[in-house]
Formats: sequence, C-alpha cells, structure tokens
Amino acid sequence: MRLPRPSLRFIPIWRRNLLVWRKLAIPSMLGNLADPMFYMLALGFGLGRLLPEIGGMPYIAFLAAGTMCYATMNTATFESLYSAFSRMQIQRTWDAILNTPLTLDDIIIGEFAWSITKSGLSGLAILCAILILGIAHGPNLLWLIPLSLLIGMCFTGMALIITALAPNYDFFMYYFSLAITPMTLLCGVFFPTNQLPLLLQHISVLLPLTHAIDLARPLVAGHNPHHLIVHVTVLVLYGLTGLCLAINLIERRLQR
Amino acid sequence: MPAVSVHGLTKKYGTSVAVNGLDLSIEKGECFGLLGPNGAGKTTTLRLLLGTIIADSGQITINGEPIPARARHSRAQIGVVPQIDNLDPDFTVTENLIVYGRYFGINQETLNHRIPALLEFAELSHKSNSPINTLSGGMKRRLTLARSLINDPSLLILDEPTTGLDPQARHMIWQRLRNLIQQGKTILLTTHFMEEAERLCDRIAILDEGQRIAQGTPVNLIQEHIEPHVIEIINNSESIRPLLADQQYCERVEEAGETLFCYMHSPDTLIQLLATKPEIRYLHRPANLEDVFIKLTGRELRD
Repeated sequence: MRLPRPSLRFIPIWRRNLLVWRKLAIPSMLGNLADPMFYMLALGFGLGRLLPEIGGMPYIAFLAAGTMCYATMNTATFESLYSAFSRMQIQRTWDAILNTPLTLDDIIIGEFAWSITKSGLSGLAILCAILILGIAHGPNLLWLIPLSLLIGMCFTGMALIITALAPNYDFFMYYFSLAITPMTLLCGVFFPTNQLPLLLQHISVLLPLTHAIDLARPLVAGHNPHHLIVHVTVLVLYGLTGLCLAINLIERRLQR
Repeated sequence: MPAVSVHGLTKKYGTSVAVNGLDLSIEKGECFGLLGPNGAGKTTTLRLLLGTIIADSGQITINGEPIPARARHSRAQIGVVPQIDNLDPDFTVTENLIVYGRYFGINQETLNHRIPALLEFAELSHKSNSPINTLSGGMKRRLTLARSLINDPSLLILDEPTTGLDPQARHMIWQRLRNLIQQGKTILLTTHFMEEAERLCDRIAILDEGQRIAQGTPVNLIQEHIEPHVIEIINNSESIRPLLADQQYCERVEEAGETLFCYMHSPDTLIQLLATKPEIRYLHRPANLEDVFIKLTGRELRD
C-alpha cells in the first residue's frame, strides 16, 4: 500500500476527457438539467402538496437539496464506473497512455479530477434548475457549487475502487444494489432521516450522502450548515481513501 | 553504448515463467526482430523494456538509462505500436495525434507543425478529420505508427505491427519502416511473419519459453541451422516415404500431416526420382527463416 504521487502531469488526461465531453456537451448538460427538474417538479409539486413544511422548508425546497446531492453522486458514480472502466478495459486508453511519459498515478488523478469537474457541472445545472423553478434564492446557494465538487470527490474515490475490482460491467450492479440505492433511500434525499428506526439512523450517519445532504439543506434554506468541519471531513476522507486504494488496486491489476 | 541492453531478465506470473534469464543487446540504428511462438515472452519483454511491468530480476538499460528507475524519462524517447489497437475511438484522426502528443508534453505549435507531416507519412492526409471507426484495419495501423512518431523517438518498439493486415497494407508498412530505419531510428519489433523479419531485420533473436534459443542475421540463421534446399512433397507421399530414409535423396525429413519437408544440400537426385512419379505434387525452394523457426521451436501448436 502506498500513497498517490500527485503531479501536474494529470492535466493532459483531464483535457482528453474534456475534449470528449465537449463533443456531447449539449445533450450532457440537458440531461443534467432535465433529470433533476422532473424529479423536483413531479415529486416536489405532486407529493409536496400533500405534505406539510419540513423544518420550516416547503417540501420542494427540501427535495431540491436532496436531489442536488443525489444527482451529483450519480454523475460521479457513472463517470468513474462505466466511463473509466471503458477507458481502462475496453478501449485500452490507459494502456496507450502508459506507453508515454505519464504514469498510472497521473491517469487516475486525471480521471479523479475529471469526474469531480463533471460533478461540478452537474451541480451547476441543478443550481440553474432551482433558480428557474424559483425554489430558493439567496447568496448561500452559490456554496452548492463547491459542495458539488466535494460530493464528486467523495463518490469518485469510492467508485474508482469498484472499477479497480470489476471484471466486467455487470459487476457494477452489486455496487448500485448494495451502496448507491440504500444511500438514496437512507440518507435523507426524500424524507428526514429522523423518521427512520434508530438502527437505520445509526447506519445513515456512517454513509457519506447523509453528510452531503446535511450541508446542502441549510444552504438551500439560506442558513449556514452546522458541524461544517465534520461533514466536510467525512466527504474528503471517503474520497481520498478511495483514490489511494484505487491507485494501489489498479496498479496491481495492470501488472498482470 | 547500445540502444537496448538486457541482462538476465526474468519475469514470473505466479508459477509460470514468462521471461527466463533473457539477454539482449540492440545497437543504435539497428532493426532487431524478436520471433517466437505464442507465449514465448515477446510482449512481456517489450512491456518490461517500457517499464509498465516490473521484472523479478535482471537489468535493463535503454540509451544508458536504467529501467524501471528511469522508465518515465526513457519513454519520452520511445515510440510504441502495441499489438492490440488502442487508438482513441472518441476522436478523429488528427485529434488522436494531438491528444497523444499532449501526453508527451509537446506544445500545440510543435504539434501543428508535426501532424500534417505525420499524416502524409502515413498516407492519411485525406482522412485527417475522419472518426476512427470509419478507418480500415490498414489505416488504423498506419495511424498507430504515425502516433508512435509524434515525439520524434529514437527507438521504436513495434509489437506485431502488421498482424491482421492484407498484403497491400503490409507492404506499405514495411516500406515505411525501411524509411524510418534509413532515418537512423532503432527498431525493435516482434512478428509472426518470417518474411517480415527476413525483409526488415538486421538481426533476429528467436525466443521460446522465455529464453533466447538462437540469434543472428537472417542469412546466418538459415546457413547455421538449415540445409540450403527444401523440397516439399505435398500429396501422394506414401509411395516415396520409405525411399527417403536413404541419405542419397535428402539429409533430413519432417512430416506435417500428408506433407513431407525434405532438407538437403543437393536436390538433384530427389528431383530425378520425383520426375518418375507424376502423381506427386512437390515444391522446390530455398531454405528460409520459417524452416529455422519450425526446426527450433517444433511443429506443435502453441496456444
């Protein structure tokens, strides 16, 4: 087990992914915008009518904060599972790069940085949706952008571990079934976690999405988050531990 | 100082030994061929030279730089054509070269200068803005060769550069490689095509089970290991088979199914004998590198 060896040589790899993204930028951004907007419209207005305010927030604003975290998590997860796996295993892009003066650390850090960038773009799209739908306003909303980068970092690190271990695309279903779906349901995207039985509440506290939502919800409501340092630390630790493990695992995988 | 120097190189995967105490020395400006059946350790050797996998023991230096300690630095001076195509399918022909050039830290101005010349070299100027999936197999291989030259390398490492190509495409690649040898580049290539090795390589090493079992110029290898004449008796060989035990016809016979390969210094007596048997189809030809390869590595399949 060794630590990552960061350097600025990751930039050409980040630029490679940016160049691919630019070709599909419009549909990609529309997807980032449309998906959460439908969620917020359908559930926010549909379900929201039936519900009282939650913690002083209308349900649609409550849901907007959860959706922002959930959608950003998904962006990072899909990029670091399917897209990264394609480049590693199917297209052999990483093999080609390893024959140049770049190293595996440069590649993984490049992928890490790119996935965080995409998460930021996803966060930006949702911020636009919140503003377009008039769900919330105020300067605190701007903090959603750095928060989306932080969420991207956390879930990119975790997903890269799964990619490092995956024999094929089907393997990712385990991660969705055992990690992503439970987090979506247990971490407070759709309802406050204090509605859960105590045991599930204890589990929920350990999951990173809970900490992301605990940061996002006050920001949407126009307050400052409590326990800022704890939440940020949890997200950063998940992300960096994932990055470190992923580099070690992929190094071993490519030595075969 | 040799371009590539390898001493006692060994690489194991679990209990199987891919490369077993290999020694190699490749001079600057030389075209050196690595031949061997599947699983002989050719690709593993190339990956060890590039420092993308690490040897269990042995020393490697490339242009005086120790590998893997200075592999990153060394790779800046190497161009690679891999066995499995790994062009970037998300990009056009030109974008592939730009993006790959950036991995070497080459600035945009230099790339703008180099890329048109490389496309011309690969006869792909008319395809510069085409997506990769519209290219034929030969075009992809030419683009991969052009890509390997983006950093103006002094050493080229080519892993089966013409496998899967039609004869026209193969001849075109050969012509380009000769061109690069004339420019003074050092080339290390692996191949299954003996004709390719014979035409291009100054020297050849034959590997089997991770070890070097022969080395020399193509001409020397043939002289050293094989009688100069070969007669292949292609069909109806039963009637003649017992006679061939007699040394007056040929010095050595090998069987491959119905076909008999007869090796000899003077072919005349056997040809006279065959003239009396018109039902037999045969081929008389000079000995070649494939005969050497088969003699040294056997006729069984290696999968």
